[in-house]
Amino acid sequence: MILLETKGLTLRHGRQIVLRGVDFSIKRGEIVTIVGPNGSGKSSLLRALIGALKPSAGDIIRMPGLRIGYVPQKLQIDATLPLTVQRFLNLPRRQSSAVIRDALEQAGVTDLASRQMVDLSGGQFQRVLLARALLGKPDLLILDEATQGLDQPGAAAFYRQIETVRREMGCAVLMVSHDLHVVMAASDRVLCLNGHVCCEGTPESVADAPEYRALFGTGTQGALALYRHHHDHDHDHEHHDHNHQDHHHDNTHGGQNAG
Amino acid sequence: MLDDFLVRSALAGLGVALAAAPLGCFVIWRRMAYFGDATSHAALLGVALALATDLPVTGGVLLVALVMALIISTLSGRTVSADALLGVMAHAALALGLVAVSLLPGQRVDLQAYLFGEILAVTPTDLAVIWGGALAVAVLLAWRWSALLAATVNPDLSQASGGNPKREQLILTLSLAIMVAVAIKVVGALLIAAMLIIPAATARPFARTPEMMAIWAMALGAIAALGGLGASLQFNTPAGPSIVSLAAVLFAISAAVSPLLRRS
Repeated sequence: MILLETKGLTLRHGRQIVLRGVDFSIKRGEIVTIVGPNGSGKSSLLRALIGALKPSAGDIIRMPGLRIGYVPQKLQIDATLPLTVQRFLNLPRRQSSAVIRDALEQAGVTDLASRQMVDLSGGQFQRVLLARALLGKPDLLILDEATQGLDQPGAAAFYRQIETVRREMGCAVLMVSHDLHVVMAASDRVLCLNGHVCCEGTPESVADAPEYRALFGTGTQGALALYRHHHDHDHDHEHHDHNHQDHHHDNTHGGQNAG
Repeated sequence: MLDDFLVRSALAGLGVALAAAPLGCFVIWRRMAYFGDATSHAALLGVALALATDLPVTGGVLLVALVMALIISTLSGRTVSADALLGVMAHAALALGLVAVSLLPGQRVDLQAYLFGEILAVTPTDLAVIWGGALAVAVLLAWRWSALLAATVNPDLSQASGGNPKREQLILTLSLAIMVAVAIKVVGALLIAAMLIIPAATARPFARTPEMMAIWAMALGAIAALGGLGASLQFNTPAGPSIVSLAAVLFAISAAVSPLLRRS
């Protein structure tokens, strides 16, 4: 059953096209990961799917009654805003304390409810964001570089939590990530973006795809070490030599949130 | 009772302080302090416009403050960085306002009154306008409180949970314009932003939730308004600046004790 589908989706920032002609769909229970260089339109695609960015062309078709849970990139809560975890989870709608307790438990952080958001560690913060996304019992969980700023073990633990959540709640997961090796292992399907869909398929097939290797090289972060194949592809792909200045908007967006 | 100019002044100061405090919390949380400055400095241009066209001053200020706020929220982040744009707009608006006032034919406008307020000259009609505006701001904020908070924490999160962060931004912008229009009589164009920001910043160390911060800010704003007014009578100092000075003293005390609060 298809939860969400895009047809010929094109997105712009001002006059610049960030993403062109994306045909994409995600089925119930699937884990799909989006990879791509900075400014390739990953975050923009997610923002369009949650309705924060209007498509300049194409369609987004959502299953009727689709519930989406969204985990943004590490978000900055201003230190001037006093906010307990409990209060944060009650925004914008009040939730029963049982629902909040369940969500925090699902996200693997049970005793944080009365803590101040600004006092949380990076890993705790991301799990609270995950708990918030789980409040509405989503059919589809969307995560935008949710492990940014976490160290390797922290990121790995976070992804294990996501898998647990999917197993227990049966929701589909769509995420953007830079942690290529973890992601490649945990995903059913990988979508490689660079202003358009470069390639798509199982992690193995994408890792082997010449388009992917043109973007990430063959030795990236040990991503391909998981798949010990030998390749004799022709690596001369001039058509993927994109002008990245065309896409720098998304890039600056990510940069602001990096700290 | 309203015949007494002191009672009227106290009520005017109280009305502005109570409405400005929760609005000021949002101004701080969203890092819009300069936004408040730019909007309030545009008020002087509104005064000139109103006097030139025989409109009521409040109406002119409201209109110009609103246009200013809308221009800033539309333009910021496009080509110039937000803080540079706000710096340009705030001072350009103030300068334009001063020039426009000087060009008004036939009359010498009491600039001092519009720059620093003349709370002691508040009429019963002024009082009605001030409390009407303050009430409008309070109702807008109370009605949208949760949605505004969600949009303040993160626009995309708010969008994902069915909110409309652009609409919430618009509501804040409108509240800010109303606040500026009604506060100009009390503290003047130059000091309105102070009434927004200082009590809210003072309240921060005492609060664990956004609501508590707003309530503390209201209390502190009220103390500053009434105490400042009293001090100005006592020492024969200008009322608006006295109110803001007292608010600043309270802020200094709060900043001094906040490390102690955090430790305990």
